[in-house]
Amino acid sequence: MRFRLILRPHSEPGGFGRPANWFTFHFDTYMRGRPNSGGSSANGFRHMATIDSLSSESETHDEHGHDHDHPAWLAHHFDTPEQQFDSGKLGIWLFLVTEVLFFSGMFCAYAMFRMLRPEVFEGCSQFLNTKLGAINTGVLLFSSLTMAWAVRCAQTEEYKKLVVMIASTLSCAMVFLGVKSIEYSHKWGMGLLPPGSYFYDEANPHPTMQQIVDQHGFSESTAYFLTHSLYYLCAPFALLLVGVFIWLVYSKVTDKQFQYACAKPLLVVCLSFFGGVGLGMVLESGGEHSEHAVAHVDGEHAGEHGDAHAEDHAHEHGDEAGDETHAEADHADAVVASAEGNDVAIELLAESDLNTGAKAMLEAKQAQADMATGQIVPPGVEADLGIHKVERDVQTKRQAGVFFGIYYCMTGVHAIHILAGIGVLVWLLVRAIRHDFNRQYFGPVDYVGLYWHLVDLIWIYLFPLLYLIR
Amino acid sequence: MSTAITSRDPGYPTDRENYLTNSSGILSWIFTLDHKRIGLMYLVGVMTSFAVGGLLALGIRLHLLDPEGWMFTGAEANNIYNQVFTLHGAIMVFLFIIPSIPAALGNFLVPVMLGAKDVAFPRLNLSSFYLWCFGAIFFVSALFSSGLDTGWTFYTPYSTTTDTSVILATLGAFILGFSSIFTGLNFIVTINTMRPPGMTWFKMPLFLWATYATSIIQVLATPVLGITLLLLIAERTMHVGIFDPEFNGDPVTYQHFFWFYSHPAVYIMILPAFGIISELISVHSHKHIFGYRFIAYSSIAIALLGFLVWGHHMFTSGMSSLTTIIFSALTFTVSVPSAIKVFNWLATMYKGSISLTTPMCYAISFIFLFTIGGLTGLFLGTLATDLHLHDTYFVVAHFHYVMVGGTLIAFLGGVFHWWPKMVGKLYNETHGRIASLLVFLGFNLTFLPQFVLGSRGMPRRYATYDPEFAFLHQMSTYGALLLGCGLLYAFIVLMTSLAKGRRSPANPWGGATLEWACTSPPPYYNFERPPVVGDPYDFHNIEWDAQEEKYISTEPERKLVPEETPEEVPAHH
Amino acid sequence: MSAHGHSDDGTDFAHPMPLPVLFGVFIALVILTIITVAQASLDLGSYDIAVVMGIATIKACLVAGIFMHLIYDKPFNIIVFLSSFVFVGLFVIFTLSDSKMTSPSFEPKVDEPAATAGM
Ligand SMILES: [Cu+2]
Repeated sequence: MRFRLILRPHSEPGGFGRPANWFTFHFDTYMRGRPNSGGSSANGFRHMATIDSLSSESETHDEHGHDHDHPAWLAHHFDTPEQQFDSGKLGIWLFLVTEVLFFSGMFCAYAMFRMLRPEVFEGCSQFLNTKLGAINTGVLLFSSLTMAWAVRCAQTEEYKKLVVMIASTLSCAMVFLGVKSIEYSHKWGMGLLPPGSYFYDEANPHPTMQQIVDQHGFSESTAYFLTHSLYYLCAPFALLLVGVFIWLVYSKVTDKQFQYACAKPLLVVCLSFFGGVGLGMVLESGGEHSEHAVAHVDGEHAGEHGDAHAEDHAHEHGDEAGDETHAEADHADAVVASAEGNDVAIELLAESDLNTGAKAMLEAKQAQADMATGQIVPPGVEADLGIHKVERDVQTKRQAGVFFGIYYCMTGVHAIHILAGIGVLVWLLVRAIRHDFNRQYFGPVDYVGLYWHLVDLIWIYLFPLLYLIR
Repeated sequence: MSTAITSRDPGYPTDRENYLTNSSGILSWIFTLDHKRIGLMYLVGVMTSFAVGGLLALGIRLHLLDPEGWMFTGAEANNIYNQVFTLHGAIMVFLFIIPSIPAALGNFLVPVMLGAKDVAFPRLNLSSFYLWCFGAIFFVSALFSSGLDTGWTFYTPYSTTTDTSVILATLGAFILGFSSIFTGLNFIVTINTMRPPGMTWFKMPLFLWATYATSIIQVLATPVLGITLLLLIAERTMHVGIFDPEFNGDPVTYQHFFWFYSHPAVYIMILPAFGIISELISVHSHKHIFGYRFIAYSSIAIALLGFLVWGHHMFTSGMSSLTTIIFSALTFTVSVPSAIKVFNWLATMYKGSISLTTPMCYAISFIFLFTIGGLTGLFLGTLATDLHLHDTYFVVAHFHYVMVGGTLIAFLGGVFHWWPKMVGKLYNETHGRIASLLVFLGFNLTFLPQFVLGSRGMPRRYATYDPEFAFLHQMSTYGALLLGCGLLYAFIVLMTSLAKGRRSPANPWGGATLEWACTSPPPYYNFERPPVVGDPYDFHNIEWDAQEEKYISTEPERKLVPEETPEEVPAHH
Repeated sequence: MSAHGHSDDGTDFAHPMPLPVLFGVFIALVILTIITVAQASLDLGSYDIAVVMGIATIKACLVAGIFMHLIYDKPFNIIVFLSSFVFVGLFVIFTLSDSKMTSPSFEPKVDEPAATAGM
């Protein structure tokens, strides 16, 4: 430990009394390269300090002060790595506190409106696909596991594993966003939007672009965006993918090993987004193409379709209302619907039901039909369901819209946090590949990890609050 | 090095040590990580925005010179007036008062007072300055696009329907919020983990306690403002139906959200001012602060109690009557720690040897004005009287007594107190005192009549008024002009000191806190070794050296501290 | 501030989590997620929200305690993090209770169902 003077002489002419150790980094000691025996991809990288050199240096120097104990990764104003780590740790905890309070506003709004209008929340929650929500929960939980593992790897200096763990965390984040973009684009196409732009019409849940323009008064370009939103959501990631691929090829060709080592995992990360999109499509049981087909069909036969639907489900499927998450049940529904409906529209519907997002809507109706509150009835059939008439306005712009307003705010801000997390994780990945971290300097991994876990933690609450309302 | 020295004086810094001159060129400022330079840049920034906000204030006052409106004419006069008072409020609150003391003076002082080399996260510190700049740019662009006429509170539903640039301004406030959060976060971590050996919690100067309490509020409350403004932007762009009654939102909820931040924000503004006054009173009375622990704890108490009282801004907004009663009762509890501080300051001055320096003039006017501001707050916290006084000039006068009479005066006192430390120059005391007197008189002339106006029923934010109020309004306007002259005078005093001022010794006032132990201006590394920490308010060893015309600290010769590591637990554990 | 942190096993102030613990927590989290989804199909009436939030809180504690190392962290950091929930509670409780008390006077705007499907 350094010694201290109580009395300090000052300002001898030209005398810069400050000791060199406070501000001078001893790069020579800590930056000298040593071939890394473990990582083949690490050859030629900048920071090669292995733990052997680090610990031996710091231990020897601890005995006689800190004169040479200021490695490059220790900021000048900190005395010890531990002080630096503790500062960072407290800092990130405080940041998480701000994050918690930041989200608290939306949780508060959620609680308030759910308390005021429980039936709206119950009714609208049925439009959220529990399967997708559950899968995304699993994905985030897994990414938390890999993140925690990454922290461990940084602490134990398992560099290769560290890179793998950070890359898998990133991939999970991308999968999450991929699934999310399926959810979003599907709802946008159906008009399940905040009250300002809500236009869902259950008689015609998948309107065509032209219908959106004609019936709901949107501009051409907005309508195009709404019906093709998945493309818009995927485009940035596709660009990113292409960019990373070009980078990979370029770094391979020009033999820039470090860049190549960075681009490789990043390519996998970018691909994961599309993996997530695919996963979402499969779970949503259908993809882009069939969705358009359905929209078309629905558009043509909207009238009968709506009627048949409501009656079928009100009468036949009351008991199973809550089980909308089970694919089998859906399948059965579709079959039943087609068997009973007995006309062209229903058959077409049943056919497309097997492979389209209309399924979610079907489930929603079925569930809602059974609920004493939040009944959704298409115009023209209320006679059959008289007792529910009072609540029939649940599914209008100003009613359902409130749920979707909060839904988009909460999941949207959460998704922005995921994006920010991806940003810092990429930075971490590059530094991990550069072998920046060691057992005295693993702070950044730990801090990003804490942030990432908080994002996960918020989703842990968002999932049941939004998807599992009964 | 170990020769016996009886007087301890760091002398003057060389150009290479001086933080102002050790590197030069514009880039050395733009990319600086030195907390002192960042603090100075903040100082320039907040003073500029204060000038803008102040000119807008003069515009308001000049317009009110005549019952029908004097300053702005034409068909748009009332709209212009609305925009001017909105921008005055928003700029003063978000760009000036909130960052004034914590970010400008705090940045300069916290590490030096603590005996640390820098704040814990210098890069974050610089980025929070740039966030401040971005926020300011957003405000300026709001000013130049279609203005802003919602009042600084952005209440819905008006803010979701007006066609002025609410989004630009709220984005600005959102960004400024993050600037404020990062500053607060930085200070909490700095004070927790960077204290040198010997600097225990109760050896910290009270300014640091106040900054710490402020930082707690900044970290806890500001994110709620962030989400509120974000939801407001979402409301405007997408109509999410949370705040806008048109889509079944609830405007009262907006007010809850907004005041959950903005009442604690009042303490972000005033707590650091308390800290400054604690320093000023003690140093210029040359007497140990009275009730150190009470002042320290009362800062924390105010910070925490401040979170319980936000509803007093909404007594007439349609809250349930039970809620209003609870909030009213809780509001009175906050007055206790504030009163504790005032009594302790008075007790400190009692039998002290008071030097009536410029900073002390400001400190004394602070006590006077803040007491008026605080006591008039009681009428507004009482339900029955608030129903009468709500949204009148009484409220305007009350919060100006607290914000201007409190925070601005303390800020000025702080600037005059630490100016020699920051720039290494002494200003002209006589002129400084005259300026402070002008500020004091001008301020009272501006706002005392407003109490009367308000209690007689003059509503705030009106561009025109009944002629019966003309005399009081005119008095207020002339007061504002006098206040403006006083502030300009004070500014000129400071600027002339830069050119003509005498070189400042290390300890021009005889302070005992650590910033006076390094040279004026401090070297870029603050302290070559972790400084010796003593009682920050023990003035026994500090004597006036009449020959050299400066304070010196005298001390009996002491030995070196043992070379081995002290056994005590490190401070950041 | 001293270099006391160096322990004999050379891990300094780092506290690597044993892998079995991490895996155990992950499996517990997945099981809890399955339970939440499964219980959604049961009708628990008004207990429903309590059950769901209870499970979510258990999951949150697992993540915070183990993944975020909170149970091994400095007491001050624990206080800092937990205190945020105190303030959230304060905020939400005041706002909600006021909103609940004033809700009878809150008349929702109701609009007719969106344009019907007759095209
Ligand atoms: Cu208040």
